[in-house]
Amino acid sequence: MKPKALILHATGTNRDLEAAQALELAGAEVEIVHLNLLRRGERRWMDYQLLALPGGFSYADALGAGKLLALDLTAYFAEQVRLFVERGRPVIGICNGFQALVKAGILPGDGAAKATLTFNDAGHFECRWVRLSPLSQRCIWTRGLEQDIACPVSHGEGKFVLDDPQALDDLRQRDQIALVYARPDGSPAAGVYPANPNGSLADIAGLCNPQGNVLGLMPHPEDHILPLQHPRWTRREGGLLGLPLFINGVRFAGEL
Amino acid sequence: MPAHNSNKTQFYRLLVRPRQAHDPRSAGYLRDAHALGLVSVIGLECQDLYFIQGRVGRAGLRRLAEELLSDPITQSAEWGRLLLTDPHPAEAAQVVEVALRPGVTDPVAAQIVRAARVLGIQGVEQACTGQRFILHGQGLGQADLHTLAHRLLANPTIQRYALGEIQPVFPSQAQASGQVERLPLRDLEDAGLLALSNERRAALDLAEMCAIQAYFRTEGREPTDVEFEAIAQTWSEHCVHKTFRAVIELDGLLPGAAPGAPVSEINSLLKTYIRAATEQIAAPWVRSAFVDNAGIIDFDDAYEISFKVETHNHPSAIEPFGGANTGVGGVIRDVLGVSARPIAATDVLCFGPQDQPLDELPEGVLHPRRIQSGVVAGVQDYGNKIGIPTVNGAILYDPGYTANPLVFCGCVGLAPKGSHPRSPQPGDRVIVLGGGTGRDGLRGATFSSMTMDAQTGEVSGASVQIGDPITEKGLVEVVVRARDQRLYHAVTDCGAGGLSSAVGEMSSQIGADVELRRVRLKYPGLAPWEIWLSEAQERMVLAVPLHSLPALQGLCDLYDVELTDIGEFTGSNRLLVRYAGEVVLDLDNEFLHEGIPQRRLCARLGVPHPAGAGSAPPEADPNQRLLAILSHPNQASKAAVIRVYDHEVQGGTVVRPLVGAQDDGPSDGCVLRPQGTPGPQGVVLSNGINPEYGKRDAYRMALSVVDEAVRNAVAVGADPQRLALLDNFCWGDPQRPETLGSLVEAAHGCREAALHYGTPFISGKDSLNNEYRGPDGQRHAIPPTLLISAIAIIEDAACAVTMDLKQAGNWLYLLGDPAAVDAPQGVPGLPAYGPALYRALHQAMRQGWVRACHDLSQGGLAAAAAEMCIGGRLGLRLLLEDASPQALFGEGNACLLAEVRPQDADAFEACLENLPLRRLGQVTDEPVLDILGTAGGAVLRQPVSALLAAWTGEGSP
Repeated sequence: MKPKALILHATGTNRDLEAAQALELAGAEVEIVHLNLLRRGERRWMDYQLLALPGGFSYADALGAGKLLALDLTAYFAEQVRLFVERGRPVIGICNGFQALVKAGILPGDGAAKATLTFNDAGHFECRWVRLSPLSQRCIWTRGLEQDIACPVSHGEGKFVLDDPQALDDLRQRDQIALVYARPDGSPAAGVYPANPNGSLADIAGLCNPQGNVLGLMPHPEDHILPLQHPRWTRREGGLLGLPLFINGVRFAGEL
Repeated sequence: MPAHNSNKTQFYRLLVRPRQAHDPRSAGYLRDAHALGLVSVIGLECQDLYFIQGRVGRAGLRRLAEELLSDPITQSAEWGRLLLTDPHPAEAAQVVEVALRPGVTDPVAAQIVRAARVLGIQGVEQACTGQRFILHGQGLGQADLHTLAHRLLANPTIQRYALGEIQPVFPSQAQASGQVERLPLRDLEDAGLLALSNERRAALDLAEMCAIQAYFRTEGREPTDVEFEAIAQTWSEHCVHKTFRAVIELDGLLPGAAPGAPVSEINSLLKTYIRAATEQIAAPWVRSAFVDNAGIIDFDDAYEISFKVETHNHPSAIEPFGGANTGVGGVIRDVLGVSARPIAATDVLCFGPQDQPLDELPEGVLHPRRIQSGVVAGVQDYGNKIGIPTVNGAILYDPGYTANPLVFCGCVGLAPKGSHPRSPQPGDRVIVLGGGTGRDGLRGATFSSMTMDAQTGEVSGASVQIGDPITEKGLVEVVVRARDQRLYHAVTDCGAGGLSSAVGEMSSQIGADVELRRVRLKYPGLAPWEIWLSEAQERMVLAVPLHSLPALQGLCDLYDVELTDIGEFTGSNRLLVRYAGEVVLDLDNEFLHEGIPQRRLCARLGVPHPAGAGSAPPEADPNQRLLAILSHPNQASKAAVIRVYDHEVQGGTVVRPLVGAQDDGPSDGCVLRPQGTPGPQGVVLSNGINPEYGKRDAYRMALSVVDEAVRNAVAVGADPQRLALLDNFCWGDPQRPETLGSLVEAAHGCREAALHYGTPFISGKDSLNNEYRGPDGQRHAIPPTLLISAIAIIEDAACAVTMDLKQAGNWLYLLGDPAAVDAPQGVPGLPAYGPALYRALHQAMRQGWVRACHDLSQGGLAAAAAEMCIGGRLGLRLLLEDASPQALFGEGNACLLAEVRPQDADAFEACLENLPLRRLGQVTDEPVLDILGTAGGAVLRQPVSALLAAWTGEGSP
C-alpha cells in the first residue's frame, strides 16, 4: 500500500501543489490538508505516514519567515508533531517549512544548538538555481543518494546561523548536515556567492534532526522532478533531479 | 472598541535591533542614501518598532518581545511603557523614527494581535509598526535629517516621521457617520456644474455634468453624494474609456490613406481599430475578447488561458511600493474575475534615469531610483508571496518618465473550458469575499483620470494603499474551488471604484439592492459614499444562489476568508443602495451605464515629431558603439531585478527570463508548461515596447512593437498562428489634438499590424493623462508609450528554443533583411515577408533544426549576436557582405538570428525557401565575437568577456 503523505497547507502556503506532485511521483498517496482541518479534528496527524511542510509565505512572513507557522505548530499541535517525529515518520520542511521547523525548535532538535534562518547576506530575496551535495547518512531523506541535486532557491531569509558556532561540530558529529551548497562542478561552495546563495554557515542548505527522520532545507528539490524544469535543458544538460530525495522519504514511510 | 476591564488603556513601545554589526537591511539603506547624493551619512542602523495598545502585564510584554517580535539569535529587544529612550546613545548619532499613517494597511500589526491571542498573552488590543533609524555622520544637521527622512526613510503619503521618538496613532474610534449629503445641482449654471465636478475631484466635463443634471431634473430631486460619486466613478476615463469610445474628428491624413477619400471622423478607436481587427481575423480559438475582465483563448482540449495587463502609474508615482504592489494584486483579481487560477505574472516598467541629480527633480516628485526600488519591491512582494511566477517583463529609462513612471502588471490564468459563469440571476445574493473596507483608495478611478500636479500626492494620499497578498491567496483558493463546485452565477473583482464598480457592473442587466451597513469595515467612521466607493484591495463580489451559500461559507471558513452578504440581485433594473434601511442611492441602470454622453474630440494627424531629443551621435568605431549599446541602461542586463522575482514557483517554467550556459542570457520570451494540464502544450509570453519610436512616429511605433512582441514569441517557439495580443496605451492628455492625433495613429497601426500577422487583440487598456504639470507651469508629458503583450501556444513545450549559442561549428543565419525595411526617422515599417518568415521559422523549430534563436531589436545584428555569445559563452565568426553601420546596428522588423547544425542546414534552408535568409558564419569555441567584412578585414572584434562586462556593468568574465 502507498504511504499517505500529509501536505500541510497554512494560510500563505504556495508550493503545496509542487510538493504534492513530487511526493506523488515518488510513490506516495498525497493529500493537501489545511491546518484548520487538523485544528477542527477533521483530519488526524497519525493517519499519515509522511509529513511535508511546503514552501510559501505563511502569514506573509510577518515577524520573520516561518515564525507564525511555528507558533501554530507549537501552540496547537505540539503533542501531535512530537509523536509524529518520535515515531520516526519522515518529515520534510522545504523553504518556509524549514524556517517553521527551525523556529518551532524541531530542528536542529533535541538539545542541539539553537539555530535560525535569517536574512540573506545580499539583503534581498533571490531566485536562482543551485547545486546541492547530499552528506548525511543518518538522514533518511539523503541517505544513499549518489548524485547531487540541482534545483532553485527562492527566498529572502535563508541564511543558516547558529547562536554558538562551536555547535557546528556537534551537528557534524551527529551527521545532521544533510545537504550543502556546491559549485556547478560539484566542489564545495566554501561560502562563496552565488554557489552559496545566502551566506549560510558551512554552506548548510539542509539539516536533519539527530534521529534522522526530519529534514529541513531551503532549496526546492520539488521544482526539479521533470527534465524540462532544468534551466539548461535546451543545452541538452540535465540530470541531478530532486526526485530521488522524495523517493527515499516515501520508501522509508512505506517500510514503517 | 469596548474596554476589557475598567482599567485605563496603556500604550507600549517595543524596539527590536539587529545583533550583528553587518545588517543587510541597514547596509541597503546606507547604499541608497549615498546613491541619492546624501553622502554625509556614514553609518546607519535600522531597527524595528512596535507599538501596542491595551493592557499587558510585565510578563506578557516580555513574552511579546522575546517570543514573538524578535529572533533571539539575530536580534535583541527592549520594551516598556511609551517614552522609552535609547539607553546608550552613540556619539554624534541622530535618530529618525517612521510609522505608518493611521488607516494604511498594516498586515503585520493584525498578525501581532492574532499571535498574542495564540500565545495566550492577554490585553493586546491594537498594534502598529514602524522603524527607527540611527544615523551617524559628520555635521548631520536637522535639515539633512529632514531630507533623509523625506527622500529615503519615509514616504509622507503613507508614513509619518519624527526626528527622535515618534508617537503611535491608532485608527480613530469614531462611530460610523451614516451621513449622507445632498448635492443641489438641478439649478446650477455651467460654471457651477464644473465647479462641483472639480470640488469633488470627479473629472467630469460639462456635457457629462449636464447629463447628470438632466437626469435628476427628470427624477425631480437632487442627487445624494453617494449617487454623484457612483456616477463619477462609473463614468470615469478609467472605467469607461471615454477617449477610446469617443467620436473623433480627424484633421489630416491617416498613414497609408489614399489622399482621394480622406476619413474625416471615426466613431470609437476601440471599435474602429482594435476590435475591428479581432473581428476581421475571426480566429476560432479566441474564446473571449474585450468582454470579460481578461481576454481568453483556447489552451488545449480541456483548458483555456486568460491574460490581462493593467497599468498602475499614478499610484506608483506617489507611493511606489504600494502602487506597484496593488497593481499586481489588481490584475491577479482580474484573472480571478474570469474564474481562472493565476499561473504567471508579467511586469513592464518605465522610469526616469537612475542617475538624475536630486536638485533637478521637479517639486513633489520622488527620485527615479527610489521609484524603481519601491516598484520592484512592490512587484516582488505581491508576486512572490501569492506564489505566482513573474516570468516576463522589461525595464526602460527615459527622462520623460521621471515624474510619471509607468507600471504595467500582467497576469495569466488557467481554467477548464467554459467554467466561467457570467449571468447573475434575480434572487442571487450579493456576496463580498475578502478583506475589510477602509478609507483607502478613495476616488482612485477618477484620480487616475486626471493630470498630476505638485499637490496630487498630498490631496490624493488616500488613493494609495498597500496590498495584502496572503488575503488574496485565500481568495484564489476559495474562488477556484467555488467555480469547480458551481457555487456562483457571476464573479467580478473590486478594482477601481470598489463595490460601486463591481456591483454596478454585475447588476447592469438586472439590478441590485444593497445594504451598506452589512459591509465589513476595517475601522468605523466611514460615510456611506466612502463605503460604496472604497477601493480597499483583496475583495471579490460573487452572485450566489441562496442554496449555495452554506457550501461557499464552508470554503471560506476553511481558508480563513471573510464572507459578507450585502444584498440581493433583483429584476428591477435599478441599482438601490441603502444605509441602515434608508435609500442613499437609487439609479436607473440605463442611465448609469448608458447615459454618459459620447465625447467628441479633435485629433490632429501627421504632426511632425522632432527626432529623439538629446540623443548623442553614435560612436563611429563599431567596437565602441557595440559596447555603448550593451551598457546602455535600456539594453543592459536586468538580472538584478529579475532575480528578486520568483520565476520558478508552480514548477511550470520551461524557458526562463534568463537562459544560457551561466543562466544569464536575455531570453526573448518565456515558456510555461502549466501544472496539472495533461498534454505537451505550453504557453508563450512576450512583449514589445519602444518609447524611442513613440517619440518619432506613433504609427510606425505601433507596427514595430506588434512585430517585436510577435517575433519575440516566435523566437522561443510560439506558433505564430496561435498568438493573441493585448494593448496598453499610455499617453498624455487626449484633449490636446496633436496628442490625440498620435493616439489615433498608434491605434491605426495596431489594426494594420494585427491584420498583417493574423494576430487578434483580446484585451486592452488605456491610461491617459500621463502628464505632470510642475509648479513652474511646465508640462511634463511622457513619451507616447504602447505596450504590446503577446500570449501564444507552443504545441510541444519540448520544442522551445533559447537564445544562447549552443555549440561550436554550428552555422549562424540571418533571417529577414534589416536593410530592406523602409525606416523614415529610423522607425521601421513591416516587411511583407514577415508572416511567411515566422511560419517557416516555426516549422523549422518544430523539426528541431533551430538550436538557438534571437531577435534583432535595439542595436540590431551586432547586439543580437553579442547577446547570443554571452548566453552561450561561445564565440561567433561572421562574414558580412555589407558591414556598414546600418547593416551592423540597423533595427529592422521581422529579423532574427538562428543557429543551425551543419547536418540540418539543407533542410533548414529548404524550409525557408524564397524568404530572405543569409548564412553569416559559424559558432566558435574561442569566446570572441569576430565580424569581418568581405571587402576586407576585421570590422568588429570583442572577446565575450568584454561584451559581458559591458552588459552586466561588472568586471568579471
